[in-house]
Amino acid sequence: MTDRESLHLFTVSRDGNCVRLRLAGDWIEADTASSVELIRACTDAGLESAQLFLEASADLQWNSLLASRLFQLVRHCENHAISVDDSGLPSSLRKLLGLALAVRLDPGPRPKPPGILAQLGRYGSLVREEVVSLLAFVGELVLALLNLVRGRSQTRLRDLFYFIEQCGPRALGIVALISVLVGMILAYLGAVQLRQLGAEVFVANLVALGMVREMGPLMTAVIMAGRTGAAYAAQLGTMQANEEIDAVTTLGLSPMEYLVVPRLLALVLVMPLLVVFANVVGLVGGAVVASGMDVNFMQFLTQARESVGLGDIVTGLVKSVVFAALIAVAGCQAGLLSGRTSAAVGNATTRAVVYAIVYLVVADAAFNILYSVMGV
Amino acid sequence: MRYGARLVQENLNFQVNRGDIFVIMGGSGCGKSTLLKHMIGLSEPAAGEVLVSGENFFRAAPEQQVAMRRNWGITYQRGGLFSDLTLAENVAVPLQQYSALGKAEMAELIAFKLALVGLHGFEDYYPGEISGGMQKRAALARAIALDPELLFFDEPSAGLDPLSSRRLDELIVAISESLGGTVVIVTHELDSIFGIATNAVFLDAETRTQLDQGPPDWLLNHSSHAVVRQFLSRGRRDSRQASGELQPSGDRA
Repeated sequence: MTDRESLHLFTVSRDGNCVRLRLAGDWIEADTASSVELIRACTDAGLESAQLFLEASADLQWNSLLASRLFQLVRHCENHAISVDDSGLPSSLRKLLGLALAVRLDPGPRPKPPGILAQLGRYGSLVREEVVSLLAFVGELVLALLNLVRGRSQTRLRDLFYFIEQCGPRALGIVALISVLVGMILAYLGAVQLRQLGAEVFVANLVALGMVREMGPLMTAVIMAGRTGAAYAAQLGTMQANEEIDAVTTLGLSPMEYLVVPRLLALVLVMPLLVVFANVVGLVGGAVVASGMDVNFMQFLTQARESVGLGDIVTGLVKSVVFAALIAVAGCQAGLLSGRTSAAVGNATTRAVVYAIVYLVVADAAFNILYSVMGV
Repeated sequence: MRYGARLVQENLNFQVNRGDIFVIMGGSGCGKSTLLKHMIGLSEPAAGEVLVSGENFFRAAPEQQVAMRRNWGITYQRGGLFSDLTLAENVAVPLQQYSALGKAEMAELIAFKLALVGLHGFEDYYPGEISGGMQKRAALARAIALDPELLFFDEPSAGLDPLSSRRLDELIVAISESLGGTVVIVTHELDSIFGIATNAVFLDAETRTQLDQGPPDWLLNHSSHAVVRQFLSRGRRDSRQASGELQPSGDRA
């Protein structure tokens, strides 16, 4: 006799070729018999060569925890071809068990996760797939842009204006904040070195050239990757989850022309303007720091104007246009390739930002090499 | 109930009795689901109050709100399953939150709940890998994980074929009977309304209030509102003009 039996929660008796399991008492409290115990007690009573009769005393209190244990017990009996008679149980409990046992749907075993080698191989082919899908995406995008040039595009002007407003004016605040700080950082960085040479006034050169050629475009692009690229991925990913992209396709519209082109164009048109704005604000930040080192505002401005030529400004703007396109491509591609679950939309957004920043840094390095070879 | 300046429904006054299978019915866009959101404490009514066992959810202390929610099981229109968790993990969420069960016991309980809704063996599947009807049933399994006293359904049969939706209805009845709970269902499916409801309230989109309440069979022939009779008779003009009949015996607050 086990402990639980002595608590009078259940009794097992054998009579003839019938094993009787009698349940009693309060089965709602946590410390009751587990299904393993029930099965063992019945087996000890010689269940294998008998049939099982389930009954309950009138004082039985139960919830679905008991039902789940009986369910295990009955399934155990079924697997061992032991017949079960539950007519001694309360009718609601019988009904519940009946429901649980009614449907036998075997989904079959799930496919096993691949081994390490297979995973390595899959990883390798994944890299190739990524490259192919990026090239395909860019190719389709170019075709869509050609259609736009030929005036046969499905792109709506209204969408373009909407996205310009989203990624332009609304981004000014954050761009201003980051740029003024970057300008100040550049100034401090130079000031420490230049003061040793007594050449504080050249802080203006450092800030102006640094902002216009490098930090202005790059920092603005990083902000826009986090702000707009992520938003594109989340929008398109949610549209994918809502079957909106399917709707666009079956309505005879091209997702590329209808969804991607306005987003890309908006970003490409707005980015250079944001960069000009960022440069100006960055210079102001630098000037504030410089004024603390006895370089007054007019001196700073004159020095900055002398150091920066038109070529410097153009190189920065060319960068910004390319950066904008890269951010839009990373964001839209991640969104369109997204799965249909909420987790997948989250992954798409992460992917958009990570890819965009990788693209940005690689492209920036390439630009700098190119510019130094070209001597601009 | 209102969304901003837009009034959805007003002057609602009805009671759901213990053990009822209560249907909130009405045409599309009349505010059925909004009413349900107010009943389950997701949105606060603009005026008036919702009492559950005499308790106003929005006036209750936070611990009490948790205790109230523990006794509620809710399935949403689109299931509301967590898509990054397997079915077993979905059902486990309320169990881990509110019960002190051991691992093995919890696994048994989860297997049982999934078997109840006909999904035995699907423990390790993700919601995205099973059909819409299965998702609804899995959501039901999660809703009944804790043997709730109160079960809420928002459009259980939306998007299901007639056979599956009838099976789901039968499942709801069987589970509520055996667990002894009360069920509140939002639906416009007449089959469900006549098949399982013991009591109902009709919301009207035009007058923005409840037109009538009572058992649906009784409403079909005896409602004093032609709109309600017409709704329940699938839009057929009924010949009986029951305008002289009495309303159900007073509003039960």
